[in-house]
Amino acid sequence: MPDPAILLAGVLNGLLAGGIYVLVAVGLTLIYGVLHIINFAHGSLLMLAMYAVFYLWRLLGIDPYAALPMVIAGSFAFGFVLYRLLIGRYNHGRDENILLITLGVSIVVDNAALLFFGGDTQTIDVTYAGSFVELGAAFLPLPKIISFAASLLLCLILGLYMAKSDTGKAIRALARERQGARLVGIDVDKLFAVSYGIGIACLGAAACLLMPSYYVTPSSGHAFVLVAFTIVVLGGMGSFVGAAVGGFIIGITESLGGLILGEQLGQIGISLIFILILLLKPTGLFGGAR
Amino acid sequence: MNVPSSWRVPLLATGIAAALAYPLLVPNYLVTVGMLVFFTAFIGQSWNIAGGFAGQTSFGHVVFFGTGAYTSTILQVTYGWNPWLAWPVAMAAGGAVGWMIAVLSFRAGLKGSYFALITLAFAEVFRILANSVPFTRGGLGMLIKADPRPENFQFRDPIWIYYLAFVLCAVSILIAWQLTRSRFGARLVAIRENEDAARALGIDVFAEKVKVLTLSGAMCAAGGTFYAQKYLYIDPSIAFGVDKSVEMLLVSMVGGAGTVFGPLIGSVALTGINEGTRWLAGIVPALKNVQPLSLVVYGLMLILIVARLPDGLMGLFRRRPKAVPRA
Repeated sequence: MPDPAILLAGVLNGLLAGGIYVLVAVGLTLIYGVLHIINFAHGSLLMLAMYAVFYLWRLLGIDPYAALPMVIAGSFAFGFVLYRLLIGRYNHGRDENILLITLGVSIVVDNAALLFFGGDTQTIDVTYAGSFVELGAAFLPLPKIISFAASLLLCLILGLYMAKSDTGKAIRALARERQGARLVGIDVDKLFAVSYGIGIACLGAAACLLMPSYYVTPSSGHAFVLVAFTIVVLGGMGSFVGAAVGGFIIGITESLGGLILGEQLGQIGISLIFILILLLKPTGLFGGAR
Repeated sequence: MNVPSSWRVPLLATGIAAALAYPLLVPNYLVTVGMLVFFTAFIGQSWNIAGGFAGQTSFGHVVFFGTGAYTSTILQVTYGWNPWLAWPVAMAAGGAVGWMIAVLSFRAGLKGSYFALITLAFAEVFRILANSVPFTRGGLGMLIKADPRPENFQFRDPIWIYYLAFVLCAVSILIAWQLTRSRFGARLVAIRENEDAARALGIDVFAEKVKVLTLSGAMCAAGGTFYAQKYLYIDPSIAFGVDKSVEMLLVSMVGGAGTVFGPLIGSVALTGINEGTRWLAGIVPALKNVQPLSLVVYGLMLILIVARLPDGLMGLFRRRPKAVPRA
């Protein structure tokens, strides 16, 4: 067992990573909660947004944090159009069908990225990337702290938007009762596309917050997809609070797993949590009965 | 298939004769392409039996493939077994893993997308374990010593491994065909179409689903051993990587999930795309990256088929009932 000070540093690092996972998972859980579809393309679309952030920096010199509004807007538009053109048209029948369609989207996106961007690992060198904040035994990278705070702030804004705005209220009504929402005159099809767009916009924001301290390759999507599903299943499919709590638990599990079990075996924690939750309590920590 | 029944036997006989004569007429490179068509059709059929006939869509079928590949390779390399003898043990191991995953998942009532996702997670657990435990030699992978003698399950001439793949594929098609005419197969289709109705008819849904995943796991594991013997090397990402799971699912879905010849048709189509993009890459230098290009095409085909052709390419051969005109 490692030194308690190192463990504490591991927990802090896990919390920081978890903060960004929350944003990724909130997008996934929103899409599930409203549309009742499992968006298997979530990881791949995050990877695509990360490349967008990378190229904005590389070609136009835009700082990843400054790119936030642009990438969020672009991701929203991308999600909205993807839903309108493809996903929304076949969002019916057996639930595996939509899973297979989003699997198809992820295969296309992953391999198109490999074709156009190449397989190299890409990183962004921002001047502040090497700055650290000392906290006890832990040296925490400054960009991770900024991203953590920004991620939670964005989640809070999204939560307020869902609670207070007319669109947010309409989306929540839609998630609760489709037929009823249609009867009171809510434009259901448009709101479905808006919800999917918001889910993907969360990915755009996460991409901006990830890039100063992480890297991107065409297979980055794979790395995130199981993490995102585990968080959402752990918290309870469709639950916002669950996604937040689940994000932190998974961030810490990943960080401590790596410390205690080593780099290779440490990754097993996430998959095991996923399997155990599905087998023992499929509604998750905060999910109601489906 | 709605081919007139008097054509079936001659059509089948011609197909078999062509498949048998093919490797004698083409260069070695094309013999290997043909071998891959039958091999992919075989592992695709193992997916199809659970995913197509019984409707239990799996995203992690590679877990059985890798179990088979590692079981026979470890028995051979570490314990000095003859690979032919290790083969049935590998199949039993694949069947056991299928049984375990089925009992756990179906006992917990997982269906549809949830079952697909949990199989993906099981494959990931196996991949990480194979990467970490000593007896698989971790990420270094396992090398089988080259010793090309038939009694050693290694062949100097690619023609023999081609014929072996052909036999595997033929056996898997016979198993699928048997499903279309047995009570077991009928029960599986009933479960796929409506589980609650099947239960109401007195079908033991849980037992049938466990049975079919055990069978499918054993078949897929046989493919794993075959693969290890052909390439004489496996590592965790080959044996348990998500790519093979997707490949099995794709050939079945593209060819026609739940049909007897679907995986074979899908495998021929996907190999055709692969070779087509290779040819295109020869002409257009910008497309030198062949593998991702053909996968982009596969992905688009999957979307198209789920959206428009639920019976896959097999659906094109079938006469569709005309839409009933509205009164």
